[in-house]
Amino acid sequence: MKTLAFLAGATALAVALAGPAAAQDESLKVGFIYVGPIGDFGWTHQHDLGRLALEEEYGDRVETTYVESVPEGADAERVIRQMAQSGHDLIFTTSFGFMNATANVARQFPDVKFEHATGYTRLDNMATYDARFYEGRHVAGIIAARMTESNIIGYIAAYPIPEVLQGINSAFLAARSLNPDVEFRIIWANTWFDPALEADAAQTLIEQGADVIFQHTDSTAAMAVAEEAGIYAIGQASDMREFGPTAQLTAIVDNWAPYYIERVGQVMNGTWEATEVWGGLGTGMVQMAEFNEAIPEEVAEEAMAAAEAIAAGELHPFTGPINRQDGSPWLAEGETAPDDDLRGMDFFVEGITATIPN
Amino acid sequence: MLRLEPRIRPSALVELATPAIAVLATILAGLVLFAALGKDPVEAVRIIFLDPLFDPYSRSEILIKSCPLILIALGLSFGFRAGIWNIGAEGQYVMGALAGGTVALAFHGAGGPWLLPLMALAGAIGGCAYALIPAFLKVRFNANEILVSLMLVYVAGLFLVAMVSGPLRNPQGFAFPESRIFDEAARLPTFGDTRVHIGIAVALLAVFVAHVVLHRHVFGYAVRLSGAAPRAAAFAGIDRNRMIYACLGLSGALAGLAGLFEVAGPIGQLQTSLPVGYGFTAIIVAFLGRLSPIGILFAGLVMGLTYIGGETAQFLLRLPAAAISVFQGMLLFFLLAFDLLTRYRITRTRSGPA
Repeated sequence: MKTLAFLAGATALAVALAGPAAAQDESLKVGFIYVGPIGDFGWTHQHDLGRLALEEEYGDRVETTYVESVPEGADAERVIRQMAQSGHDLIFTTSFGFMNATANVARQFPDVKFEHATGYTRLDNMATYDARFYEGRHVAGIIAARMTESNIIGYIAAYPIPEVLQGINSAFLAARSLNPDVEFRIIWANTWFDPALEADAAQTLIEQGADVIFQHTDSTAAMAVAEEAGIYAIGQASDMREFGPTAQLTAIVDNWAPYYIERVGQVMNGTWEATEVWGGLGTGMVQMAEFNEAIPEEVAEEAMAAAEAIAAGELHPFTGPINRQDGSPWLAEGETAPDDDLRGMDFFVEGITATIPN
Repeated sequence: MLRLEPRIRPSALVELATPAIAVLATILAGLVLFAALGKDPVEAVRIIFLDPLFDPYSRSEILIKSCPLILIALGLSFGFRAGIWNIGAEGQYVMGALAGGTVALAFHGAGGPWLLPLMALAGAIGGCAYALIPAFLKVRFNANEILVSLMLVYVAGLFLVAMVSGPLRNPQGFAFPESRIFDEAARLPTFGDTRVHIGIAVALLAVFVAHVVLHRHVFGYAVRLSGAAPRAAAFAGIDRNRMIYACLGLSGALAGLAGLFEVAGPIGQLQTSLPVGYGFTAIIVAFLGRLSPIGILFAGLVMGLTYIGGETAQFLLRLPAAAISVFQGMLLFFLLAFDLLTRYRITRTRSGPA
């Protein structure tokens, strides 16, 4: 009965909204809310590749829609609600700042399923998913430590949130374990995307002697600056080789397609549940872009071996003994970091000299 | 060769009608733009301009979206009339939200009916105080208020990030840079199941008050005179410095109030993504509304309409967000163009090669 009413409602809406063109509405309607423009690279682009993979995988059985450049504030709730109201069955909201808005709408639309990326609020019809980007940063940290000659590694960081701190700590620990002279210089950009500012940050880091630059911001500006300056850089979110053919050592690539395909499949066969998924190299949610040819064979093998060990669950990037920056013990010998510690991470590990702004 | 020549007597009727003509021209150009993108142009324009008006939820959201635009534009219009250019309303909006939001967080778990008025007061004072900085620098050192107020926007944004990453951060929020969600007592009352909040009523009241002040009060007279005839204003004994403080302070207070309404209304917390450009869009609204309070009310609603309709068009027609921005930009473009043509005429001068 409920299904019938729902179908009738969906049909009425589809006809009302899309006009006579949408005659067949057997397909599952999946919506995406993007925080930025889709563009050709970066965070939102990777999510959109996942959306396209859904269309590829399911053909006529899914219909996907998206709204890009949705601000994370009062507007998000309206856009999500309008999507829910226009007959979508499953909605992915792909930025942390959409969390409360997604939860508010999810409470009003118990029959619609929601998936929120990188948050921590879950409801019966609202799941969360996130990727362990720090696993990729461990692998990149190994390569950076082996490739640096100045022993100064630059890092452009967005905000001091757990995801970013995990990445810095992970890359630093991996680099330090191989090269005790390595130092990290960190610049807080206070933005996820600002090409001019990111280019300035990269320039400043180069002036401070950095010859490998990490970024945890979204534009390709830093990569382009590194290319011009003849130093190395690690790409973020997308493979940025196009912007740094000789500069990019590797990139930490977000790959949401397998997860999206799996979850849509679960909605289709009725097994979807509001789970909490935190994938990584093992599930393919995080991938390493092809290594730069300048990386010596043995370094590439070393990095690849680490990636495979992490994927297999044999290696955890945060394995004790690890102290916090102030010298207080965090993980004992052989202990690995509990997920809850990582989720709420608000400190640097010992050896990093930069400070966390607050 | 083409030349612009001032019209001796611009038609009052045409001047009044230009905003409507600009909207029509935008729609026509929009038809071409959307057709060029391979979408059904009539449907696109219908979704952006008409459909939201016939859907109760969209109507309520237009009000929410317009509220900060109207409040800020009202404040700006007084200064703009008097030739005092506050370009930093975005920063005052943030500081107002921060001041009022801090009050909300300080009384976490101890609210009462007195809390919201106190927050509103703090919001207005926060925005006002922030706008008085460029006013003071202008009066004291003759520093350009356009530059100073604009620069302070970035300072306000960074200050907001610092506050929600530090002292105001949600202790249960996994170290993410945002405050707690405000208590019920610190949230604006809403009408029915919509998100329409009491701030919209305040904005309407502000339109009415501004209209009365502008046309019936001596301050409104001083503002209009300062803009129309600065020298006459000086002879009439209008103190220019006092005008600078009054206009910047007033626009700051209204922008601050708008910011507070936004965080205590639809957002419900302080977060780094609070500034979304209302302070800048309000400049368009102020001019689209002919710097008159009633005009600003309608201009704010039209601007709100294009936002809401634009979002729907994105997922129903897969129109790119950039196309919607272009569409909104064309509105200002046409307005300015028709303004120019109202005051000037294009003449052809025959000038031989020199």
